[in-house]
Amino acid sequence: MADKSKLPVPQPTPETQHFWDATKAGELKLQKCEDCSHIYFPPRPFCPKCASKSVKVFSASGEATLYSYVINHRPHPAFDGPYSIAVVTLKEGPRMMTNIINCEQTPERLRLDMSLRVVFEDLSQDIALPYFEPMEASS
Amino acid sequence: MKSNSIAIVGAAETTELGTIPDMSQIQLHADAALNAMSDAGLGLKDIDGIATAGESPVNLAHYLGITPTWVDGTGVGGCSFMLHVRHAAAAINEGLCTTVLVTHGESGRSGIGRGAYRGSPSSLPGQFEGAYGGMGPTTSFTIPFLRYMKDTGTTLEQLAMVAVVQREWAARNPRAKLQQLTSVEEVMNDRIIAYPFTKSECCLVTDGGGALILTSAERAKDFPTQPVYIVGTGESVETPMISQMADFSSSRAFKVSGKKAFDEAGIEHNDVDHLMIYDAFAHLPFYGLEDLGFCKPGEAGAFIEDRNTAPDGGSLPLNTNGGGLSYMHSGMYGMYALQESVRQLRGTAAAQVEDAKLSVCHGVGGMFAASGTIIMANEVV
Repeated sequence: MADKSKLPVPQPTPETQHFWDATKAGELKLQKCEDCSHIYFPPRPFCPKCASKSVKVFSASGEATLYSYVINHRPHPAFDGPYSIAVVTLKEGPRMMTNIINCEQTPERLRLDMSLRVVFEDLSQDIALPYFEPMEASS
Repeated sequence: MKSNSIAIVGAAETTELGTIPDMSQIQLHADAALNAMSDAGLGLKDIDGIATAGESPVNLAHYLGITPTWVDGTGVGGCSFMLHVRHAAAAINEGLCTTVLVTHGESGRSGIGRGAYRGSPSSLPGQFEGAYGGMGPTTSFTIPFLRYMKDTGTTLEQLAMVAVVQREWAARNPRAKLQQLTSVEEVMNDRIIAYPFTKSECCLVTDGGGALILTSAERAKDFPTQPVYIVGTGESVETPMISQMADFSSSRAFKVSGKKAFDEAGIEHNDVDHLMIYDAFAHLPFYGLEDLGFCKPGEAGAFIEDRNTAPDGGSLPLNTNGGGLSYMHSGMYGMYALQESVRQLRGTAAAQVEDAKLSVCHGVGGMFAASGTIIMANEVV
């Protein structure tokens, strides 16, 4: 039986605390540069494109598309059977790693560029992880 | 660096490769270092510069009994040794030292005297990639490839062909771990590790080491072996997180490092007689061939499928030791790629490329995180 406690729990830093506070509250936060409008992830208190410190945190739509993935076949105590490790492109532009859940873990179901939406699941008392699921219900 | 100003005058691997349970990791460094010193006819007192990765250069200097005036501990994964060669060349030219020893040793299979590696959960990879069930390189290095396939039309058969051709090279190399010929069907039907990659498309995990000795080209003529001149070098890094790699069909670090090396060398692609591209997984030669400019984007799959990199007539012999897939892979394989380039240019390789005069050796560090490229020749270019 899958035991999520076998996964290493992310440990926020001062620069990322806002992101993890938001996932716990069911929101996905990104950052935007107020000088050059670049939207970026992961969090840091300056723009990695123009070095401006004038950046703001905003709520992302939670919509994404599937950029690429693998299906890991080696046994992992936190998963039942083969599972996807994926990278998704958020509607706002940045990419992030995730697992695609609520979907059969097969190449036939996991189609590149399919539409996804974010869902959050608790990993510990303090940390909720963003996952993604197909926009259209999967069989 | 100044083209042709520096040469490799000593090169050797550990006496054994494969499973070496009776040697700790630092001893693998030493075994390779002593073999390289013997190759060059040098003693400990002749070495005044050291560079290594995976071990602290302090540990290495102390263990070997060397008092260096120049030290480099750049550790960016498996291509660190390419960067060491580049940095050593600059250091020798600047007069910081005269004779540099670069070592690698890794008890990748046996784990003897090897510190545990575990990323911090507060690092960016720890926070934003660590909790998704990744199991190291097999599930991260491989992630970009489905996107590359879709972008380029490359097939799984072409991916399998990389492993098949490299096995053909390994079959001619008595030191290669896997020497039995294989087929596209056999590779594709092997056990799935991380879809779409099967076991035959993932590198070996073995023990071993290697070392190089560099000095000025001027001094190199007085050494017992054929000098291997450094004619071009490049390096770069991109990101510690595979998810943040800008383009899954091309490596920025490869492009930057490769261009720098070719510009320094002032050579054309069709001047190249021999090529090494670090192959931790079977897709890496595709990225290397394209990002270094040997193939147009998306054409590397067909290039390998058409046997252009194969023994017996391939126009661009690639990974002629069998590569990380079939020769050996201790964890940081870049050193073995460099060793094979040196052997080819000395004319001492197991699967010798006829008249090899110019070799390009391209390394990757981390999961497309870093890159180093060294172009070498056996005469001043």
